Amino acid sequence: MPSVGKGLVIGHHQVSDDMYEIEFILPAMSAECEPGQFVHIMPDMDNGPLLRRPLSLYDVDKKSGSITLLYKVVGQGTRLLTRVRNKDYVDVMGPLGRGFSLPGVAQNVLLIGGGVGIAPLIYLARALKELGCNIKVLYGTGTRSELVVFDKLRQIGVEIMPATMDGTVGYKGLVTDLLADKVNPSEIDFIYTCGPEPMMAGVAQFAKQNGIPGEASLEEHMACGVGACLGCARKLKAEDQHYIKVCKDGPVFSFAEIDF
Amino acid sequence: MNKGLINPGELVDISVNLGGVKMKNPVAVASGTFGYGREYEDFINLSSIGAIIVKGTTLEVRNGNKPPRVAETPAGMLNAIGLENPGIDKFLTEYLPYLNQKGATVIANIAGNTIEEYAAIASRIESCQGIAAIEMNISCPNVKQGGLQFGTNPETVMRVVAAVKSETSLPVIPKLSPNVTDIVEIAKAAEAGGADALAMINTLLGMAVDIKKRQPVLGNIFGGLSGPAIKPVALRMIYQVYKEVKLPILGGGGIMNYQDALEFIMVGATAVSIGTGNFVNPHIAGDVAQGIQQYMEENHIKNINELVGIAVK
Repeated sequence: MPSVGKGLVIGHHQVSDDMYEIEFILPAMSAECEPGQFVHIMPDMDNGPLLRRPLSLYDVDKKSGSITLLYKVVGQGTRLLTRVRNKDYVDVMGPLGRGFSLPGVAQNVLLIGGGVGIAPLIYLARALKELGCNIKVLYGTGTRSELVVFDKLRQIGVEIMPATMDGTVGYKGLVTDLLADKVNPSEIDFIYTCGPEPMMAGVAQFAKQNGIPGEASLEEHMACGVGACLGCARKLKAEDQHYIKVCKDGPVFSFAEIDF
Repeated sequence: MNKGLINPGELVDISVNLGGVKMKNPVAVASGTFGYGREYEDFINLSSIGAIIVKGTTLEVRNGNKPPRVAETPAGMLNAIGLENPGIDKFLTEYLPYLNQKGATVIANIAGNTIEEYAAIASRIESCQGIAAIEMNISCPNVKQGGLQFGTNPETVMRVVAAVKSETSLPVIPKLSPNVTDIVEIAKAAEAGGADALAMINTLLGMAVDIKKRQPVLGNIFGGLSGPAIKPVALRMIYQVYKEVKLPILGGGGIMNYQDALEFIMVGATAVSIGTGNFVNPHIAGDVAQGIQQYMEENHIKNINELVGIAVK
């Protein structure tokens, strides 16, 4: 069950030019968190902005009761969030939304993340590892300094294939080109992806062409985060009449449900 | 001021009667900000809220406006949802029973394209149990027909309120638009139409521009501004109406804490409604009710009605 509470910040540091990692203790909430869900965080209760910011679960440690978020500074809210310090409390609501579905048996899974979109795939990788899955991660960014989650991925124990636009690490080019060039679709049972929409569109197309099922995590501006305000509306397919709500119906959707 | 002195520990009375709606406390949650209640059940006991005013409901299902539908603005937000809702029949059969089972005080919110549609929805509601009152959305800025255009013309306000009144025995509460030159004139028209109370205020029409894309932020171009940014406007309008019209007022516009709520009560609101604040703090309705009660205890005020309009000169 989701709740709202104040998390004690035990770690907050910059991991790249514009990305930060924040860890806080909130045991009751941590115990409820599933991969692919998100929390709605208030960057600063006293000085605004008005609304909470939805951030996906990057890592969760149910033993210590902690939740970790990876975020990119994109505006006023995330800029204010960077000012939160160790031992401060952050006001958090969650976990919210429908997360990734996990396989019943161990599978060969492919995780494809772009930029800060890698965040929800880390907690997912941890859960998949516990299920005994064989995990391959394709991770695309602009340049070497933006590849920020290698330590976590190594610790979890996955095969990592990086792609950078400038070729400073790994494959030179788009992560979707890496996918087409280097991944043998017959070795993959399921694909999970999160990142810029054109990237996810390419991944979904690859999956459909090769008959591989999979899921994508979407992003949308939100107000309430619980399906009440109907603000984060979008059509999953062009011909749909009905608008789904990313916060409540998602943020994770199967490739079968959505046309990018 | 009639200070009914109370002894420590003696209970204060925060229940109110809003034009026939008995509320256990003066704090309601505003239409469109609380879904059908269930969305917030994990965060707040639904039966503890003064009244839940559910999402605006039309005769037929509506899909709403194309996105983007919301945008944050300084001390506020714009929304252009476009009255997305499943239609009155589905509301009555699928959403209302749950709220009743939870013991919630439910106020329906209705909207239509024509006066006949408003009357038809009111008549459907009349045949059902479990609704305490009808709030009339005659002020939604986000739909092409109906809504705002009803709320800005005194003659139509009177006629649409009278039409709904003739179809129902429930208290009728028109929600007034602030997008008018003279709010008192509109409030008087609603009174003449037979309204039992007034809800004030709906959102202020506004817009925002994305300078990167060089186009309006909202898919609907215009949207309704809500949040703390509109509080001073709401207070001023309620003050004006309280002086001229006898009807009880459900006041709201940017309430974020109990101090804000008390401002509304002191300019004449019998009860208050919380809208955008729900998005920030999902149990704000309970917090505000508790804060009002504490304020009364500390200031030796026995009955909340003693505070209504106390700041009006």
